Amino acid sequence: MSASVGIVEARRAQFEEPFRFRSGAEIPRFELMYETYGRLNAARSNAVLVCHALNASHHVAGTYAGDDDNVGWWDNLVGPGKPLDTDRFFVIGNNYIGGCFGSTGPTSTNPATGKPYGADFPVVTVEDWVAAQARLADRLGIERFAAVIGGSLGAMQALQWALAYPERIGHSLVIASTPKLSAQNIAFNEVARQAIVTDPDFHGGHYYEHGVVPARGLRIARMIGHITYLSDDAMMEKFGRQLRRAALGFDFDIDFEIESYLRYQGDKFSTYFDANTYLRITKALDYYDPAGDFGGDLAASFARARAAFLVVSFKSDWRFAPARSRAMVKALLDNRRIVSYLELDAPGGHDAFLLEDPRYHGALRAYFENIEL
Amino acid sequence: MTRPDLETIAHWVAPGARVLDLGCGDGSLLRHLWEKNQAHGYGVEIDDAEVLACFRNDVNVLQLDLESGLALFQGGSFDYVILSETLQTIHRIEFLTREMLRVGKEAIVSFPNFGHWRDRLQVLLGRMPVSEELPHQWYNTPNVHLCTLADFEDLCAKLGATIRERVVLHRGRAVRVLPNLLGSLAVYRVTA
Repeated sequence: MSASVGIVEARRAQFEEPFRFRSGAEIPRFELMYETYGRLNAARSNAVLVCHALNASHHVAGTYAGDDDNVGWWDNLVGPGKPLDTDRFFVIGNNYIGGCFGSTGPTSTNPATGKPYGADFPVVTVEDWVAAQARLADRLGIERFAAVIGGSLGAMQALQWALAYPERIGHSLVIASTPKLSAQNIAFNEVARQAIVTDPDFHGGHYYEHGVVPARGLRIARMIGHITYLSDDAMMEKFGRQLRRAALGFDFDIDFEIESYLRYQGDKFSTYFDANTYLRITKALDYYDPAGDFGGDLAASFARARAAFLVVSFKSDWRFAPARSRAMVKALLDNRRIVSYLELDAPGGHDAFLLEDPRYHGALRAYFENIEL
Repeated sequence: MTRPDLETIAHWVAPGARVLDLGCGDGSLLRHLWEKNQAHGYGVEIDDAEVLACFRNDVNVLQLDLESGLALFQGGSFDYVILSETLQTIHRIEFLTREMLRVGKEAIVSFPNFGHWRDRLQVLLGRMPVSEELPHQWYNTPNVHLCTLADFEDLCAKLGATIRERVVLHRGRAVRVLPNLLGSLAVYRVTA
């Protein structure tokens, strides 16, 4: 039966070598946080890389000693007997470069100044994240991943793995994602960024030196994000027009439950997430467009891929709607790649990829079971 | 594989061929084609439970609605496009048949023959037919477009398609005499 991976420990890989970003910027050294679950087999053929989306981290599964409530963000998928079975696979979670959970990012000390990088940390891209993950794979002695899996932004990494390192990945699992953002997606990101950079506590990105964080901006950015993660139906079902207080207040305090929820999510987020990282993640999303170098021809950009693909979308996801996933499926079919596609009529919106739907998890379980090691 | 039309189809599909199986159910035909002669390809299925069964059968499956056509597939990209006992559930049959002939070098279609004498008899007696091939009642059937051999052949003629081969079956046996009356299941190979 399925169980938790139990108590896990985060690890830090230090790289005393420069990292060059897609932008051309370079940092002299870097660190990546990661966790592992299960055991690497003798043939080193059972490694699976899990890539996180916007606000998650390397803590994919299990809990920390003395912190039972800190459960990994994809614990319902990863563990002994779970769809991504750690009795069979060696699973790796990592915090991407530029992140704010211990990997080198804007909050890290800039060796040149002795102060946090802040605004001076380079703009990161999906390509950069994957290049850094490849260095981590080298460090861990993993020549080839059995699979790379992610949802949303994490799925862009799973896709990029198949494009950048076609010989190093057996299967790419691309869930609730898109091969590029639409103008509307970029527009939402820009509103989030503007909320942050116009916060008086932002100080051009060097807020650490002032002992403040642009919490108001970060809070609004998170509220906007949350609206796009849920479907209209899911939000209506969860909150409806329920009032938070006995009657309408005829003021601008919280009337409706949804307002309370968004404020709560925004407040919580602003206490643990770094605004500079948030800015960079949204840029990474905006910039990702593998077809861009191929005149917009997605199929041409996928020609390099050798992995087998599983593409999954959710009908209620209006952020990255199924049509975006179908475009990827078509590009793979045009290249005669091995691909399966799940288009689930699930209500959860974009966040459905994190939920435990028996059809979804059943398919993932079967898919992983069929991977030959 | 217990359905007799699938045996016929498997017999037709050449070794190593590229196959697209529309309405592939649990993927058992694709799995059989792979195991028998390394023919490979994809199934298209919309039903959640069948899609999951395909994953468990380790066949490539694409969860798509056939009614929206085969836009994801390039012209001539498959050796065979198979539509086995699915035709009768399709709303836009003419459109889908054209799409099959566009995408596949050859289309293989099987369907229950509504011209079988028992079906005719039941209609004569004033009832919608219920049989082994058509087990549903009129009010709960997924079938929307039932046809006879003659009807299907008329459609092929209208589309300018060529019928290369036809096998008509009843209870797993080939029917050669009066097929539109004595056959309950028809399997066709058609090219553009």
